[in-house]
Amino acid sequence: MTDLTDLGVAAIRDGVASGEFTAVEVAEAFNANVAAAQDALNAFIVATPEKAIEAAQAIDAKRAKGEALGKMGGVPIGMKDLFATRGVQTTAASHMLEGFVPEYESTVSQKLWDAGCGMLGKLNLDQFAMGSSNETSYFGNVINPWKRNDGGNASLAPGGSSGGSSAAVSARLCPAATGTDTGGSIRQPAAFTGITGIKPTYGRCSRWGIVAFASSLDQAGPMARDVTDCAIMLETMAGFDPKDSTSLDRPVPEWEANLSGDLKGKKVGIPREYRMDGMNADIAKSWDDGIAWLKDAGAEVIDISLPHTKYALPAYYIVAPAEASSNLARYDGVRYGLRDLPDGAGLQDMYAATRAAGFGPEVKRRILIGTYVLSAGFYDAYYTQAQKVRTLIARDFQNAFTQVDVILAPTAPSAAFGLGDKSDDPLAMYLNDVFAVPASLAGLPAMSVPAGLDSAGLPLGLQIIGNMFDEQGVLNAGLAIEQRAGFAAKPERWW
Amino acid sequence: MSVDTATVAKIASLARIKVTESELEAMVPELNGILAWVEQLGEVDVTGIEPMTAVIPNTLRLRDDAIDADPLTGGGKRDDVLANAPAAEHGFFGVPKVIE
Repeated sequence: MTDLTDLGVAAIRDGVASGEFTAVEVAEAFNANVAAAQDALNAFIVATPEKAIEAAQAIDAKRAKGEALGKMGGVPIGMKDLFATRGVQTTAASHMLEGFVPEYESTVSQKLWDAGCGMLGKLNLDQFAMGSSNETSYFGNVINPWKRNDGGNASLAPGGSSGGSSAAVSARLCPAATGTDTGGSIRQPAAFTGITGIKPTYGRCSRWGIVAFASSLDQAGPMARDVTDCAIMLETMAGFDPKDSTSLDRPVPEWEANLSGDLKGKKVGIPREYRMDGMNADIAKSWDDGIAWLKDAGAEVIDISLPHTKYALPAYYIVAPAEASSNLARYDGVRYGLRDLPDGAGLQDMYAATRAAGFGPEVKRRILIGTYVLSAGFYDAYYTQAQKVRTLIARDFQNAFTQVDVILAPTAPSAAFGLGDKSDDPLAMYLNDVFAVPASLAGLPAMSVPAGLDSAGLPLGLQIIGNMFDEQGVLNAGLAIEQRAGFAAKPERWW
Repeated sequence: MSVDTATVAKIASLARIKVTESELEAMVPELNGILAWVEQLGEVDVTGIEPMTAVIPNTLRLRDDAIDADPLTGGGKRDDVLANAPAAEHGFFGVPKVIE
């Protein structure tokens, strides 16, 4: 019998439906992998094997009665610990929310349970999703299952902020996981671990019940082994939600049914501003490979210009902290979460002590930056200027999409880096998202697909950016790359 | 623009985050590094450009004027709302004394 943990979403769904194996057998196999890897990889903050089994039993019972099993019936998944899950601790990887047990369920997670998924556990992440290496988690680093082929044993970062999700999918601890992407937090970790992840158009997935970081940027999406699995899971997660004021009131397309790697008649843009001075040779080569693969799939490749690219990252580091400082004002030690009440302290002292104790250094740094750029006298110089630049960045993309259907670029400027390599220098860490942030600022769908291995044997990702609402175009170009890259590598099990 | 220790202390106070002297000392160069870097936005010509207000064109909706139309977000949830409070008493959030 095949190892069930080698199967992805589509194979599990179809195998359970056909009776080749039961949902409980699948859940048990993944539960065992989760437990065996926890000490080494630290991908989960809390494992919920009983939830996975319970959901699987319900699916098996439905099948016995001949009932429909749902779009993802029998597929156990990992849930990024940024999604509120009723009755299960939801921390955003922070001390502030340690012990917080929601009384409600996020819209996206509810949709997944309704479609027949079970929960393997809550996945580790950067604290409040602020980070690119998972090193800001209050619950410890996640270790990338991949190692360099140099004979050393250096621990590498799984990317961030969805680092638990990327490590878990890559290490076969779950066939798929939820992620969220504010400035690359699905795509960069997917690239660092050799998996696939898509951030849909802003508003496709409800933000209701997701711990807020930067509300004009936050968007949920799936992380899985391949493009088809992402299409299936995104269909499940997406959809209009009246409880989210920015939710898109549009029908969810049948992305899976319309998948096609044939790009005849399609035009692919190559943005010249992304080819930066001193670009890593392995990254440049994988980008060239991607161009060749898309041509082979029938697409016409066109050189395009996105002139404001270099300003995207600095604009992001004004807009995102500004929104974060506002969103995180809710953590006051009164209604939920941590309270630190020093002896004799008044209300204001309690707020300040609680927030000093509950937030980690990167979260504090971003709250302070955000508070500063929003403060009287500086608001126009920083925040308004950044929002104007953001308009120009979105306009660059709109102009490009009059000429091309999708854009191809690298996902990240390097393969996975070592733990500690960038954690002392906030700016060096921020630069990791240089290719990911522009699409976030413009609210566009973008995905990362594995493109191959670099000279150190580590996976590299290619990014496809699409026009608003055109997830299908993104998924199809991703599929064309996937079919030609032939990426079959997986991390050797050392844990 | 750059910040000094007094400015960072003021920002931290506005953000209601207690910081120690040594934390302040460490934060000043970090924040100045980030602020110096974002200042390159000043070179962009934004004449006549409106600041972005909605990333994807969308309209604000009004819900029906009905009480508890969505039971999940309607009223009658006092105990759920208080369930995670660090100090809930008699159906209220407990806070340190605020009236002398």
